[in-house]
Amino acid sequence: MKLGDLTELAARNLREAVLRNSLTTLGISVGVASLVALLSLGVGLQQLVDRSVARAGLFDTISVRSRQSAPFGQPGGGRRNPRDAAELAPPRPLDDAARREFAALPNVIEVNPEVRFTAEARREPISQLVMVSGMAASSQSSGTLDGLNGHFFSGPDAEEAIIQGDLAKRLVEVGQAPASLLGQEITLRFAQRQALPPPSQQAATDAPNQAVGPDEEAMGFSIVPSERKFLVVGVTPTSDSGGGQVGFNNAGMYLPLTVAEKLQVVQQGDLRDMARSNTAEGTRYAALNIRASSPTAVAQIEASVTHMGFAAFSLIDVTRNLRTFFAIFDMFLGIFGSLALAVASLGIINTLVMAILERRREIGVLKALGAADRDVRQLFFAEAGVMGLAGGLFGVLLGWAIGRAIQFATMIYLKRQGVTPPNIWSVPWWLILGAIAFAVVVSLASGIYPASRAARLDPVEALRYE
Amino acid sequence: MNVTVAATSSNGFAIRAERVSRHYKMGEALIRAVDEISLEVGAGEFLALLGASGSGKSTLLNLMAGLDRPSSGAIFAHGRDLAAMSSEDLAAHRSRTIGIVFQSFQLLSRMTLEENVELPLRLAEVPRTDRPARVREALERVGLAARARHRPTELSGGEQQRAAIARALVNQPKILLADEPTGNLDSKTGEEIMSLIAQIHRPPSGPGRTIIMVTHERVLAERYADRIVTLSDGAISREERLR
Repeated sequence: MKLGDLTELAARNLREAVLRNSLTTLGISVGVASLVALLSLGVGLQQLVDRSVARAGLFDTISVRSRQSAPFGQPGGGRRNPRDAAELAPPRPLDDAARREFAALPNVIEVNPEVRFTAEARREPISQLVMVSGMAASSQSSGTLDGLNGHFFSGPDAEEAIIQGDLAKRLVEVGQAPASLLGQEITLRFAQRQALPPPSQQAATDAPNQAVGPDEEAMGFSIVPSERKFLVVGVTPTSDSGGGQVGFNNAGMYLPLTVAEKLQVVQQGDLRDMARSNTAEGTRYAALNIRASSPTAVAQIEASVTHMGFAAFSLIDVTRNLRTFFAIFDMFLGIFGSLALAVASLGIINTLVMAILERRREIGVLKALGAADRDVRQLFFAEAGVMGLAGGLFGVLLGWAIGRAIQFATMIYLKRQGVTPPNIWSVPWWLILGAIAFAVVVSLASGIYPASRAARLDPVEALRYE
Repeated sequence: MNVTVAATSSNGFAIRAERVSRHYKMGEALIRAVDEISLEVGAGEFLALLGASGSGKSTLLNLMAGLDRPSSGAIFAHGRDLAAMSSEDLAAHRSRTIGIVFQSFQLLSRMTLEENVELPLRLAEVPRTDRPARVREALERVGLAARARHRPTELSGGEQQRAAIARALVNQPKILLADEPTGNLDSKTGEEIMSLIAQIHRPPSGPGRTIIMVTHERVLAERYADRIVTLSDGAISREERLR
C-alpha cells in the first residue's frame, strides 16, 4: 500500500476510537513534555554557564608566555619534562617574530600583547587601587561587553576608559548610580618606565618624561610615577546583575590596547628581562593573548605554540570538564524525562493490542481483499507513528509551557531574594525536533509487537471472528 | 516471485486442485476438512459447491482463494501453484486474480460504500486518479451508484451484498469466489443477487468470469450453475454437469 493511503487509513482508524487514542496520545504528550521541560532547564543552565565563561573570553583565548620567564628555584621554573625535551623547541623570547608566527597559525584571529598593571584611579575626593588592562578593538564584537552602559572606545588612540561596574560603584558618591561616571574624567596614576640615556649623553640630557623605546631597552630604565586623565565612555554591568567578568584578563578598568601600550607602564617581567644578558630584536612582550576562531581550535593552537618553544595556557580543559558535566547532567535529566515516555509506550502497546482484538475481522477482510502481511504491519506502524507524532507535537508545546512556568516561578523567587534572575530555561530547535523524533521512534518501537501480531493473523480465523 | 507453472493447469482451467487435503488437529483428533480432492474448474465456468454444513466446501473455497494453504496436494490458479507461493505472492494473487463475496458481506461499517469499494484499489496500489471512475463503474454495475456515500448500516442486506459484489469486482478479477452469497438474505433478495452473479458470469457484452459458489441451496445451484460438485466429509461425493 502507498504511504498516502496508509496514512489516510491510519488516521481514519485512530478517529474511530477517538477517546482511547486521544488518551494514549496524551500519555505520550506528558512523557515528551517531561522530557522537554527537564532538558530545557538543563540546556538553559548550561547556556547560562557558557555565556558567563564566553563573556570572560575563556573559551577562545590562549595566553602565551616565554618559557625563559620562569627561573630555576620557582615552582615549575626552568624545568623541562625529559620526554618533552626532544619534541619541544628550545625556549624562545616572546618578541615580534614570535608574534608574527602566532598570527600565521591556522584558526588564529588575532594576537595581542597583554598589558596589565596596577594603578591608582582617582576622582576627587575618592581614589582606589585598580587593575588596568589593555582591551583590543575586537572585544567590542566578541560579546564580552554585553550589557555595557555607554559605548566602546571611539578609536584605538582615544584616551578613554571603560570601567568595571563594581569599581564604578566605589568611585561615585553614595547614592549615585555607577553609570553616572559616564562622561566624567578619571585620573590614572601609574609607574612608568623612562629610558636612561647612553652614558656619554647622560650628563647632558634632561628628558625625564621620555618614554623608553625598544632600542633603548639595553641601556636600562628608571621608574617614575606618571599621571594621565581618561574619559569614562563605558561602564560594565555590576557583578550582582550578571556582569563582572570582562575578557580573559579581567580588570577594573580598561583602556584601548594601543593607548595602554604607549603608556610604557612597568610590567611584571621588566626586572627579569633586565637581569638577562641576551637581547631580543624589537619589542619583547611579557605575554601575548591569541584569539582562536572557535573554542574547538584552541587545543590545536595551544599545541602548536608549545611546540614552538613557548608556554601556553588556556582553560580548554576546564571547559571540557564543564561540558562533560553538563552532558552527564543532561543525560540524567533525559533519562528521568524518558521514564514517563516509557510508561506512555506501554499505553501505545495496550491501545494497539486492543485495536487488534476489535479489528480482527477487519484485518481478515483486508487480507481477503489482497492486503499482504506487510500492509497490515505497516498500517499498525502508521497508527503508532501518527500517535507518536501527535503526542510529540503536543508534548513539546506542553513541555514549553511547563518550562516557562518554572522559569517564571524561579524569577519571582530570585527577585524576592534580591538577585537579578538569569534565564535558566531554553528550548533549542534540536530539542524540539529531537523530542518529536524520539516520541515517534518510541511509538514505532511500541508498535512492533502489535503490528507483528496483527500481520500474523490467519485471515480465515480472522474472518470467522465475531 | 516463486511460482510453479504447470503446463496442464493452464490449458483452459481457471482452477485445478490435485489431491488437495486440509487437515486440522483438534487436541488428539485429526479433522480432515478437505481430503484428497482433485477438481478442475474451466475458465468461464460457473461451478456450485454443494454440501451440508461441515462438508468442507468453505475450506476448499478458502484454499482456492489463497486464504489458506493445503496440508498436502497442489492448487493451481491460472497455472500458478498457490501452495508454492510466498504469503506476499498469495496476497497479490487475491488482489489481482480473485474476488471474494462472503455470506455476511464483510463490509467495513465505518466506511461509506465507495470507500469500501475503493479498498481493494488502495491495496492494489491503483493510482488515486483512476479510482473514482472505477469505483463508480463498479457501483453502477450493481445498481448502487446513488448510495455511494451511504454507510453499510444504512443499507438493506441485499444492497450490502451487492456492494460486496462491487468490491469483489472492482479490481476486475478473473475468478469470483462466493461463499453462501444468499445465505443471509430472504429468498426474493437471494434471487436478485443470484441474477446479478449470473450477469457477471455471462455479461451481455464483454468477457465473462469464472464463478465458484458455495451454497447449500440446490435449487439456486441448479438454476444458475454449469456444474454442481457435492462434497461430503471433505471429499467429492457427486458431480453433475448441468450445461
